[in-house]
Amino acid sequence: MSAIQRYLAPTTLEEALDALRESEATILAGGTDVMPQSQAGRLRLQPTLLNIRRIDELGGIALDGASIRIGALATISELLESELINERLPILAEAADHFASPQIRNAGTVGGNVCNASPAGDTLVPLIVLNAEVELASKRDGKVERRRMPLESFFAGPGRTHRAADELLTAIYVPAPAEGFVAHFAKFGTRPALDISAVSVGIGGVWRNGTFKNARVAFGAVAPTPVRGRATEGVLEGSALDAAAIGMAAAAARDEVRPISDVRASAWYRKEMIHSLTKKVLTNVADA
Amino acid sequence: MSLTREIAFTLNGSLRNVTVPVTMTALAMLRDVLRLTGTKYGCGEGECGACTIIVDGRSVNACLMFAVDCDGRTVTTIEGVAADEASEPLRQAMVDNGAVQCGFCTPGMVMQSTWLLEQNPHASRDEIKRGLEGNLCRCTGYKKLIDAVAAVSGTNQ
Repeated sequence: MSAIQRYLAPTTLEEALDALRESEATILAGGTDVMPQSQAGRLRLQPTLLNIRRIDELGGIALDGASIRIGALATISELLESELINERLPILAEAADHFASPQIRNAGTVGGNVCNASPAGDTLVPLIVLNAEVELASKRDGKVERRRMPLESFFAGPGRTHRAADELLTAIYVPAPAEGFVAHFAKFGTRPALDISAVSVGIGGVWRNGTFKNARVAFGAVAPTPVRGRATEGVLEGSALDAAAIGMAAAAARDEVRPISDVRASAWYRKEMIHSLTKKVLTNVADA
Repeated sequence: MSLTREIAFTLNGSLRNVTVPVTMTALAMLRDVLRLTGTKYGCGEGECGACTIIVDGRSVNACLMFAVDCDGRTVTTIEGVAADEASEPLRQAMVDNGAVQCGFCTPGMVMQSTWLLEQNPHASRDEIKRGLEGNLCRCTGYKKLIDAVAAVSGTNQ
């Protein structure tokens, strides 16, 4: 901890990117992960502690053309309270509602949840279902460059992402869902509040005239990163979401996940919970 | 020597200047530097809510916040709420309902309830339970706490 040589709290993106270019930095936003992890010795703080919370352009939730832009600094509470999210991306509000506790939702940010890259991160599964992209900014050759990549390819392992050391995650872009798109999320832990998900499931697709199309399935806490459920998607594509189809999809979900046993649940239990949660989520989707 | 930084922020209505190590928690600053010991250290990792404070109108866990991040912001602690006449109904309801057992969680419960009632003055019992889900009472005296907040919100449900 005492290796910190400087603390910066810039107000512009450029200043932050300059700082990232100059030295290895720990990026601080809400602090709800950086603080406990650094205090417990699980995260070694870099020579620069870069507090990005005062950079206005990293905040906000707004329509941006055909996408919804969620600024990296938008808090989980802001997701929950946003009319735009509740109307257009209700699966995200559903996940935000069961995220940690009110105090943590008030401080923790969406960008932080994404960069923390926990396989159990509660916003990640719905964002993957929603086909979200991350925007990364860097300053190379004196000018600000931005690139985007699909969120589902952003994760490299537990706590690891494909963000380069000189890049800052600036926003999440979610394409506005198609007409008839329905999605739901469910997680399971030993208590509703403040529990890290033992497993989570998100499923979305276009549900019209008794047919489910463009199915997207994602699972949390069953692999080193949140993962797509492609086999389950295959079973769901074009299905009528009747009891038989839901049963088949839930069985496919149980078969395709490869969870580990750890302090929160055994691998066997996780597979069974994926089966039940997939059924539950699909029932909610079918009821829409 | 660890790196320090001078910050200035509004604490319970007064402007304060303080020099803090950059890795210090807001909780350690309040308790050990500013000697405001009403905000409690329970778990130190955001699980128990005993250190709840209000920053820029939002309740947060002081143990998860970097003290340096208080710079330029408005912070209210239990000492500020205790001095605020507007919180008298909640305090009296806590007394009337016997909502205190060992008392350790009480400051955090009062802070979170204050925030909850600001957000939702007529909160139902279910909304009160959800609002207090980040605060643990290890005496398990939840019912009387919820009764106290419900008495202020005037809910019958």
